[in-house]
Amino acid sequence: MHRTGELYGQFKTLDQQKETASLGMWIFLVTEVMFFGGIMMAYTLNRHVYFHAFAMGSNTLSLQLGGFNTVVLLASSFTMAMAVWSAQTGKKKLITIFLSLTILLGFVFFGVKYVEYAQKFHHHLIPGKNFNIFFCRDNPSKCDDLSAKDLEEENKELEEASAADPDLNAHAQLYYSAYFGMTGLHALHMVIGAGLLFWLLRESVAGRFTPQWNTPVDLVGLYWHFVDIVWIYLFPLLYLIDRHKN
Amino acid sequence: MSEQHEHIVSPKTYGVIIVTLLCLTAGTVGAAYINLGRFNIVVALAIATLKATLVVLYFMHAKYSPKRTQLVIIAGVFWLAILLFMTMSDYATRVDYRGVHYPMSQRIVAVLSRWG
Amino acid sequence: MDAQSTHATGPGLQLPEKSYLNETTGIRSWLLTVDHKRIALLYLVSVTFFFFVGGFFAMMIRLHLLTPSGYMLSPDTYNRMFTMHGVTMVFFFLIPSIPAILGNFLIPLMVGAKDLAFPKINLLSWYIYIIGGAFTLYSMISGGLDTGWTFYTPFSTVYSNSAVAPAVIGVFITGFSSILTGLNFLVTVHTMRAPGMTWFRLPIFVWSHYATSIVMILGTPVIAITLGLAAMERLFGLGFFNPAMGGDPILFQHLFWFYSHPAVYIMILPSMGVISELIPTFARKKIFGYEFVAAASLAIAVIGFLVWAHHMFLTGQSTYAAIAFSFLTFLVAVPSAIKTFAWVATLFGGSISFDTPMLYAFGFLGLFLVGGLTGLFLGALGLDIHIHDTYFVVAHFHYIMVGGAVMGYLGGLHFWWPKITGRLYPEWMARIAALILFVGFNLTFFPQFVLGYLGMPRRYHVYPPEFQVYNVMSTAGASILAIGYLAPMVYLTWAAFYGKVAGNNPWPATGLEWTTASPPPTENFHVTPVVTWEAYDFHNRPELELDVPRAPTLAPAHGDD
Repeated sequence: MHRTGELYGQFKTLDQQKETASLGMWIFLVTEVMFFGGIMMAYTLNRHVYFHAFAMGSNTLSLQLGGFNTVVLLASSFTMAMAVWSAQTGKKKLITIFLSLTILLGFVFFGVKYVEYAQKFHHHLIPGKNFNIFFCRDNPSKCDDLSAKDLEEENKELEEASAADPDLNAHAQLYYSAYFGMTGLHALHMVIGAGLLFWLLRESVAGRFTPQWNTPVDLVGLYWHFVDIVWIYLFPLLYLIDRHKN
Repeated sequence: MSEQHEHIVSPKTYGVIIVTLLCLTAGTVGAAYINLGRFNIVVALAIATLKATLVVLYFMHAKYSPKRTQLVIIAGVFWLAILLFMTMSDYATRVDYRGVHYPMSQRIVAVLSRWG
Repeated sequence: MDAQSTHATGPGLQLPEKSYLNETTGIRSWLLTVDHKRIALLYLVSVTFFFFVGGFFAMMIRLHLLTPSGYMLSPDTYNRMFTMHGVTMVFFFLIPSIPAILGNFLIPLMVGAKDLAFPKINLLSWYIYIIGGAFTLYSMISGGLDTGWTFYTPFSTVYSNSAVAPAVIGVFITGFSSILTGLNFLVTVHTMRAPGMTWFRLPIFVWSHYATSIVMILGTPVIAITLGLAAMERLFGLGFFNPAMGGDPILFQHLFWFYSHPAVYIMILPSMGVISELIPTFARKKIFGYEFVAAASLAIAVIGFLVWAHHMFLTGQSTYAAIAFSFLTFLVAVPSAIKTFAWVATLFGGSISFDTPMLYAFGFLGLFLVGGLTGLFLGALGLDIHIHDTYFVVAHFHYIMVGGAVMGYLGGLHFWWPKITGRLYPEWMARIAALILFVGFNLTFFPQFVLGYLGMPRRYHVYPPEFQVYNVMSTAGASILAIGYLAPMVYLTWAAFYGKVAGNNPWPATGLEWTTASPPPTENFHVTPVVTWEAYDFHNRPELELDVPRAPTLAPAHGDD
């Protein structure tokens, strides 16, 4: 781990080093855009073709939890930006505080996601052999985390959706493939981000970051904001497909 | 681009942005409950893009970054658009696909036959 | 500039005492190096290994096809042979070859930098390549792969009985090697150029690799996610590409070819970059239309992303989309044509010598022309109905990949071998090998155009008996081609240790890399160069000593310009 302000051998000046690192991170983020883009394409086609199944799937997601998570991530972007600002203005203690807040918010996000995934598991909505979009309708006692009103609304929707799409189960499974694929990939990126944040936290506690040199904070910030942007799109695409039926 | 010349974005700006983002989030949830038919997705994506733009410009400092960085960002978005639009151009100009009927191909035939 | 004379030769010529090759010793100093030149050599060894693995599979194919009735291999085994030939050659040879070897070695030297922007990431890219290669090799020995290198679904994800998952994971991993290489090159060209090295003084080799890097960055992530989804489908039953689950195999093809078409530009652009160095050097003339050639490289990279569905004309996709893709396919040929005209125009009025690298360049010109033109035939909708999935396609892409990319690779290896090793290869042996390769290549692949036109399908383990004569010709050609490949492996290796000392600039050529010692010091230049001359400027560089006779092992230069 190189010390504050040290120049790597291939560079002539600190400016060149910073400029290079920054450009490198932006180009890497473009590769991430295309990486997520591929699964977005799969989502786009399948949502278009199996709209009823996708709407059905979307409405089984908790809007409260999804919305809350969106707020959590946006707030974590704010705290991350503030961490960068603290580094730029030499407020060393604040760097640590804002990095800690960012990590905390990240873990809140993970916690909520865990709750959501666990619910899907119990309702037999994980793609695979046991997938069954009708599970809660056929086994209401096993879906006791849903209120009676929710169950009734869901059943009504299932009826309408099945009428529109005789192969609802198979197509709803595609929705969930998209859901787990996209949120899973996003969560994986967040885990990596959290790891990077822990590393930054350690370095900030050691007082490494100064107004003259805070490139790692800046770069991890860029990465973290990107992960936030992915969620900014995932939220409406997965949670808000057809809410006005409610 | 040195740290010394770098424009340091103020916490106040960040504050304005985060509040705007939260309002837009509320907006997108609200808009989801209004039946706009085909335009629900358009509105949802427009709001999401607006939010993403604010994050890129202010949180990621793109507004204060060299033109080269801005070009990299635009290239990324443009290439994503190529992937999505050109792939969908296949499906959207078929006669029908998996039960979804596409009038686009009939429109193309109509336009072409006016010339031929 | 180093004190040694450029290309005068004589008993006094000595290898530099210290260079990147001997400054540190021991296996750790190689396996943990961050020197771009050593990393290039690590790639050279591993890429060559995979080239021979792919060549082995090619040999099996051609031996089997000697008779129409499939005497040698079972159908399933034959399917494995052509699949593994394709996967190995595309992902583990063609895509990395020139960028990871010549690009890594030369780009810092050509821009006047001490190293690439991210040396550690450079080393990481090699390890990622090795790990991906290991996964893929594992799949080859543990059950093989029989899906075609294109992994079309649902055969690959549902029905194939071969080791699809490890292969797909291996290619996925190796893709990141490509991405990191491209990232390194892009940033290096932007931020690490020496004083005076403006964009339009850069060698075209650098422009070509810049364009290649754009493709690597924007395309490779898409195949990564596509293969990731395919692996998910294979392992966990996700259904995006499986019709039985409501998925669409054509979606897989769109996503696959979105990368795999631009991938062919990853394979050819670096080779074009090499040719753009060889022709000016051996015609002793500035490249014709420098700005056009640079712009055409970028144009190929960009337009190359807009044509992918020409691989899917017969899938039942929209006719109107097909028309658009066909038109764009014709359009993407234009920048390639501009470059070809520029190369030929460079020759006109030049002072041409026929050293081995130039022989490869000439081979490239003719063979790339044939390959490129036959691409237009394939891009024409009506014609493609007849020749799609026949040997016409196979011949077309081998003319480009072997006749184009490999010619450039070998020409570049020969041209820069003196810089890399400090020693000259044996010229006459090399010329003969180049000619053998050229003859062998044409004998192998020209009959395949005829076969394709006559209707022989590709990827079939048997064929109608009337096609046998062309298949036998093709196999005979392949045997000759093999000699053409083996010979350089042998004499280049020999020359690295025992060849005549080369001096800084044996050709002479105009690039910055030729101003430093052969082999270069670890830091590339003892003093940071300050560039005051234009690219390919043979006139205002007295230090090139154009009037001094070259080394006897090199052909005499035919007068001055």
